[in-house]
Amino acid sequence: MSTLPTRPASAVGTFTPRPGAAPMARQVLAQARMEARLMLRNGEQLLLAVVVPLIVLVGAVQGSDRLGLSFDHPAIDVFTPGVLALAVMSTSFTSLAIATGFERRYGVIKRLGTSPLSRSGLLVGKVIALALVELVQVVVISLVALTMGWQPAAGLLGVLLAVLAGTAAFAALGLLVAGSLRAEATLAAANLIYLLLMSAGAVVLPISAYGGFGDVVRWLPSGALGEAMRGALLDGTVQLRDLGVLLVWALIGGVATARTFSWE
Amino acid sequence: MSAVPASDLAVEVDDLTMRYADKVALDALSLTVERGSITAVLGPNGAGKTTLLETCEGYRHQHSGTVRVLGLDPVRQRKDLLPRIGVMLQGGGAWSGVRAMEMLRHIASLHAHPLDPQMLSDCLGLDDCARTPYRRLSGGQQQRLNLAMALVGRPELVFVDEPTAGMDPAVRRTTWDLLAQLRTDGVTVVLTTHYMDEAERLADRIHILDHGRLVTSGSPLELTRGGRMSTIRLVVTRPFPAGAHESLRVALGPGTDVTQLDELSLVVTGPADASTLARVSRWCEENDVLPESLTLGQRTLEDVFLELTGRELTP
Repeated sequence: MSTLPTRPASAVGTFTPRPGAAPMARQVLAQARMEARLMLRNGEQLLLAVVVPLIVLVGAVQGSDRLGLSFDHPAIDVFTPGVLALAVMSTSFTSLAIATGFERRYGVIKRLGTSPLSRSGLLVGKVIALALVELVQVVVISLVALTMGWQPAAGLLGVLLAVLAGTAAFAALGLLVAGSLRAEATLAAANLIYLLLMSAGAVVLPISAYGGFGDVVRWLPSGALGEAMRGALLDGTVQLRDLGVLLVWALIGGVATARTFSWE
Repeated sequence: MSAVPASDLAVEVDDLTMRYADKVALDALSLTVERGSITAVLGPNGAGKTTLLETCEGYRHQHSGTVRVLGLDPVRQRKDLLPRIGVMLQGGGAWSGVRAMEMLRHIASLHAHPLDPQMLSDCLGLDDCARTPYRRLSGGQQQRLNLAMALVGRPELVFVDEPTAGMDPAVRRTTWDLLAQLRTDGVTVVLTTHYMDEAERLADRIHILDHGRLVTSGSPLELTRGGRMSTIRLVVTRPFPAGAHESLRVALGPGTDVTQLDELSLVVTGPADASTLARVSRWCEENDVLPESLTLGQRTLEDVFLELTGRELTP
């Protein structure tokens, strides 16, 4: 169903070369805006980013009442930091991996490879897009939690560092999956790992709830991110050990990705 | 090779060899592209056309030989080269959920002095699919969007890989007009194609590739003229008897060549005069062959390709 261009060819000189790259910052922002828009437009991604964490939050608070689970703090104060950690994980790991997997499949990365946007510009753009989506998530989840009676500690620095380190670690791991598997396999693996870490990775439930297994899960990126968020929002502390664990994961993931990632 | 100053060359490929595993994709290939021209790289599937383009675009490290694009090394100086070239890939290249115009505007925003995306959309007839997600565009619409993305940065040089594959005839002609206008405006165009008519109609210079080797180069006229050669094409109603082309060659004598295209057609190359024609008809009579058509003509690129490679250039 292609209609013919109705206009005659444009005036002579229309295509006279005038090449040049836009300033780097403008390119990176354009890329970030584009990626964030595509992420938020996609229904499944939005479900993963906001709806699932909210269901987990409400379910966990109600469930702990019914089951008579008791913590040192009110349930909403314990679970909200974990759900925020879950949201960070869903965006920086699962969404990023799936999106990047399909970008490889559809030749988007190859196409952008001939544009003035450099590889590092593309990566920075992705990171800013992640941050934008995470901001939306944090605002929505926090508002809901506040209406449920959440009273966070003033641990803004701790939260900021936890989100940064957590994003770095999970993004590196997400790119590792996306860069080495086919798009469909990435889709399956990223969702499966997300589900496993959500249910058994000490993201939402504190490691104290895992008994002896807690000493294992706190070395997972999920456990470290969850603990760092809880430390910041329950006690207002900066959890150096957990941040260190996240940075080590970021390093491992980054090096492995740099070695294995193929753009096509 | 013509004596064109290096500064007037948009692309210089010298003794380029590319291998994948144990397969040689390009074999000691040398060719040049003049600035401001339309150059067609012609060849059947697997001839190495796309590999050649992707090497010029800096996607692939050459295994031996040198490549210069706008005087730059496409791998080591890629950062300087990329803003100056436009690339139309053979397929894909956009997010599945991105809208056509959204994608074009995005690529425009990466350049310093982009063309107006709306003007390009008018030129290429993309208006009625402006808000359609990429995955729902028809093949031809995707091709046109890909071409628009290659042009929007106002490049000096564009590489277009099979630009009109999947387009209907009318849109193909509009696209040809657009490519011709690029040349008028001083843009160098390098295109790959396996359509003879596309190369013949558009290109200033044609490089014919087969099995990764350069078979011949020249303007369409130079290639089809080839001395005073002409052709006689004979199509018959029943399959030729065995060894027909040999016996016809003998009957025609020296100075002519016979190539059998398939079991019902063959081409005689040589002076297409009355006496050759008479000898072809007599041979038909003697061999109990009933001609369906007997046509005289100038050599086409198709004939040239056939003579040089022994194969037809059909996709």
